[in-house]
Amino acid sequence: MSKLNELGLAEARDALRAGETTAVALTEACLQAIEGADSLNAFVHKTPDLAMARAAAADERIAGGDAPAMCGLPVGIKDLFCTKGVASQAGSRILDGFLPEYESTVSQNLADAGAVMLGKLNMDEFAMGSSNETSVYGNAVNPWRRDKDAAELTPGGSSGGSAAAVAADLCLAATGTDTGGSIRQPAAFTGTVGIKPTYGRCSRWGIVAFASSLDQAGPMTKSVRDAAIMLEAMSGHDPKDSTSADLPVPDFEAALTGDIRGKKIGIPKEYRMDGMPAEIETLWQDGIAMMKDAGAKIADISLPHTKYALPAYYVIAPAEASSNLARYDGVRYGHRARLEQGDGITEMYEKTRAEGFGPEVQRRVMIGTYVLSAGFYDAYYNRARKVRTLIKRDFEDAFAQGIDAILTPATPSAAFGLGEMTDADPVAMYLNDVFTVTVNLAGLPGVAVPAGLDHQGLPLGLQLIGRPWEEADLLNTAFALENRAGFVAKPSKWW
Amino acid sequence: MSIDESTAAHVAKLARIKVEPEALPALAGEFNTILGFIEQLNEVDVEGVDPMVSVTPQGLKRRADVVTDGDQQARVLSNAPDAREGFFAVPKVVE
Repeated sequence: MSKLNELGLAEARDALRAGETTAVALTEACLQAIEGADSLNAFVHKTPDLAMARAAAADERIAGGDAPAMCGLPVGIKDLFCTKGVASQAGSRILDGFLPEYESTVSQNLADAGAVMLGKLNMDEFAMGSSNETSVYGNAVNPWRRDKDAAELTPGGSSGGSAAAVAADLCLAATGTDTGGSIRQPAAFTGTVGIKPTYGRCSRWGIVAFASSLDQAGPMTKSVRDAAIMLEAMSGHDPKDSTSADLPVPDFEAALTGDIRGKKIGIPKEYRMDGMPAEIETLWQDGIAMMKDAGAKIADISLPHTKYALPAYYVIAPAEASSNLARYDGVRYGHRARLEQGDGITEMYEKTRAEGFGPEVQRRVMIGTYVLSAGFYDAYYNRARKVRTLIKRDFEDAFAQGIDAILTPATPSAAFGLGEMTDADPVAMYLNDVFTVTVNLAGLPGVAVPAGLDHQGLPLGLQLIGRPWEEADLLNTAFALENRAGFVAKPSKWW
Repeated sequence: MSIDESTAAHVAKLARIKVEPEALPALAGEFNTILGFIEQLNEVDVEGVDPMVSVTPQGLKRRADVVTDGDQQARVLSNAPDAREGFFAVPKVVE
């Protein structure tokens, strides 16, 4: 058996059930790996005592024959999830010192399933970013490096700490959240698997809100099987989230037969972008060949409004953010600016928010404020919501033609260097989400699967997009892709 | 549509974020870059299209209008930067 922290969820679960290891041993191995990995800056609030207590409790449950799906499996939790009594800052200064009095539904579901929380993971501030460079904790660092240079690379964002931690075997799996690609892009940058389920599959209660109509939680794991196990544990109806779907949660792992013979896989021509690196095109063609090899039928499809997804997103997401982030006013929780003699409540709001929010968050809140302001609401916000209707209709038309899943690249490039985009304009960074953001706008499930290495030895991912609520079928297609891609590379340890 | 410094200052005011005057030109420039990107949406024919309200076609659930929680004053106030006598405390609001 490999080192315990290097196991995936399924292997560790089977080893626990067979009595070959214990939750305490698994947790100790992960805590030790975390202690040696500060240079990755993935875990930003460590909870070793809590983890050891939960591991001991898990071992008792296992001994008592009561071992639910995730029992005794050590995982990391993105800082966006409120965890009772454990710092939950959403990567922001404005929530400095905030200790939630409650637990998010998803992290509670995981705890109920026996999972062991190791700590909180780095992320872009309020999940706004694609490189983990907007975090108040500083950059998370990708465990992967280019073959011939030691430059530090981004693990992607916003779930950058989650991706780095899973890729570096600091935990068996981690939670992420995805508003425009924040699970799938970091998964692709780190050679890990990440699924954003259908909007409404996971409760948003207790997850710090960014853009409520787009936000979804999902697992980030070392394999498709692990993603199936963890998604099932995270999912389920929650009366505390009015958009949570009251639908039964299927046994996702049981759906993993790898048999996709006769399935129809759509290849959208609009995802062939100008200036797309040849390596990404090659990877995509390889993926098509793998799907064919697995017995699927390939069909060219058109999603004509793809090009307008990012501009629509950069109206809708900031608009919702400006509304959601209005709650950070220095009154009820988090940071309050030091006031000067004569300052009133307006100065308190303005100074608190200027000090508490970083530049990217300020920019998006102000853009959102602008597009919702009198005189621009129709021209920007309503128009974007109409375009969103058209984007969703594109997918509905494809599915109506009998398409079971859609195969695309996950990202337009491999991981880039930290600091490389500092001088670029904000829009250049936004383009990272060009292949993923359509899925959030349409509320669909999407999964990133590692499928190859680029010429510099960095992982590249493919994305599969599924029909609403059919994560089981989507995961099975991803499983078939994973089997054929045979991606086994790991980053060489330098940290 | 181009944003000048006074519009940028107005937006910052609406968003309740203090922006120093010397930061306004750069901020206005960034707004214009982002809005220039967003302007692409004007190419789309949206005639007769309804703006999306809910991405999943499901009605919102109803529940009985009853008290389900309460008596949590200490927990509600536990994270307040300034709480006194069971209340959130803020600077003087009324002149």
